[in-house]
Amino acid sequence: MTWFLDHLDDVAQLTKSHLFLAAVPLVIGLLLAIPLGWAAQRYRWLRGPLVAGTGLLYTLPSLAVFILLPGLLGTQILDPVNVLIAMTIYTVALLVRTVADGLDAVPSEVRLAATAMGYRGLRRLFGVELPLAVPVIAAGLRVAAVSNVSIVSVAALIGVPQLGSLFTDGFNRDFLDPIVVGIVACVGLALLLDLAVVTGARVLTPWQRAGGRP
Amino acid sequence: MITFDAVTKRYPDGTTAVGDLSLQVPTGKITVFVGPSGCGKTTSLRMINRMIEPTSGRILIDGQDTADLDPAELRRGIGYVIQHAGLFPHRTILDNVTTVPRLLGVDKKTARAQGMDLLTRVGLPTSMASRYPAQLSGGQQQRVGVARALAADPPIMLMDEPFSAVDPIVREQLQDELLALQAELGKTIVFVTHDIDEAIKLGDQVAVLDVGGVLAQMASPDRLLANPASDFVADFVGRDRGFRALSFAAEQVPLEPLDPGLTIRMGDTPRDDGTPWVLVLDEHDAPQGWVEPHRIHGPVTREQLHRGGTVASIDGTLRQALDATLSSPAGLGVVVDADGRLAGTVRPATVLEAIERGRIRAQQSGLAYDREPAQAVGERS
Repeated sequence: MTWFLDHLDDVAQLTKSHLFLAAVPLVIGLLLAIPLGWAAQRYRWLRGPLVAGTGLLYTLPSLAVFILLPGLLGTQILDPVNVLIAMTIYTVALLVRTVADGLDAVPSEVRLAATAMGYRGLRRLFGVELPLAVPVIAAGLRVAAVSNVSIVSVAALIGVPQLGSLFTDGFNRDFLDPIVVGIVACVGLALLLDLAVVTGARVLTPWQRAGGRP
Repeated sequence: MITFDAVTKRYPDGTTAVGDLSLQVPTGKITVFVGPSGCGKTTSLRMINRMIEPTSGRILIDGQDTADLDPAELRRGIGYVIQHAGLFPHRTILDNVTTVPRLLGVDKKTARAQGMDLLTRVGLPTSMASRYPAQLSGGQQQRVGVARALAADPPIMLMDEPFSAVDPIVREQLQDELLALQAELGKTIVFVTHDIDEAIKLGDQVAVLDVGGVLAQMASPDRLLANPASDFVADFVGRDRGFRALSFAAEQVPLEPLDPGLTIRMGDTPRDDGTPWVLVLDEHDAPQGWVEPHRIHGPVTREQLHRGGTVASIDGTLRQALDATLSSPAGLGVVVDADGRLAGTVRPATVLEAIERGRIRAQQSGLAYDREPAQAVGERS
């Protein structure tokens, strides 16, 4: 406990970096997954390759990705961009299927009505289909958020500072305090991101709580 | 006018949904496509606004080939109502109604003001405007569906089994409201249903389609009932068609006044003088039901009324008149005027005579039946 109080500033700094490295890819990944998921849902023949292909990305070991990316991108090994890109890949891997499933869940008569009203292409997607897919997409986003918080900590092994650094520090010095603080902070951060996603989804779906006849 | 010119829809698997369909949908009238499942009625409907493209043939709207128009633009000019309403669950009732005007670029304030008017017009309280579809009953949702289709005031409305998912009582209300709206708006309506009774009630003309999208008969409802063109149509139109055709028969039935001794006011005590039935009237002379005086001791209450009898209106149809006589426990059909006051009674024999007169006259004029309904019972003797 005293260790925590003595290093309050450091822990706060590491938490901030951790949040940044986990949350920014979540947003970018979602923005990339929407067109990919839409394409997978829209074109039947694309669905298999897209969903399976992106899903496979999630199986790549994170440490290997952190190490290989600088070589592929020509970035410095310590550059946090590597982590951002890796985390974006994992987010996309989780969300393409979710977006496709979410769009599948739009009732067919609603889709039909939208077409019959004279909606076309993008306006139908953003005006009707995506809003109705929000509950399913939010569920996938919650998984991705927690997964990101967990995977980011591995980046400590390549020296990008965030809460994972507390684990390597504690391990190297055979000292439990930073490890415990790191775990608690990670869990707290995961809960915080989860709460943000849930709140965001609630704001976007007032109609979901209006269920039930008066 | 919507013209189907040799329209065929064949699917890649070889099934023909619509086969060489040629027909005309007149402007300002309700045309019903009716038939068993697999007869291509919905496919035909959806080819009008190009939700489905025909394999061959043309569909013209007022002479303009729809294939030359932009599909989305075309659809914005055609109202569409589907089964289960197909409302957008994430939008409020008012936002649902204003969908097409907003797509057409009408500013939000104008669109919302018009939307409020439309809600009233389809019989919904404006307090529902800010609710979501899930908070409404099926019948209310369907009303919103109709309001949404009417919002941009399109000359054409396509209705795909719009009332089939609601219970029979609500369905009847919705049908009556549609007819009232149509009397006011005069849209060109194409209505799809599998229910022949609905087709006959709503249609100015009815197109009966057979499996494979073949037009079996296109006629006004009375002609369809009086003169089915084939065994298929006769079968599909069903039993009781002679009786149902009376809905369209215009023939006056002489009314007989009811002896004042045979009526009493609600709350009065009937005299038990051997009269088997007396008719109970309320303070406005509106018939409430028959009672048997010998069973009643004390003032007549609502609970004692015989409820079996139906009431015909003075400008109603022969079907109403006959039904009123057949359902009356006293053997006298009760007829009311436009204000619901007792106008007189009819006997089964007089209704049958009127039916017979109509038949003879139709034979003489070479028509099975006159199309114009209403004005049937009328004229006191």
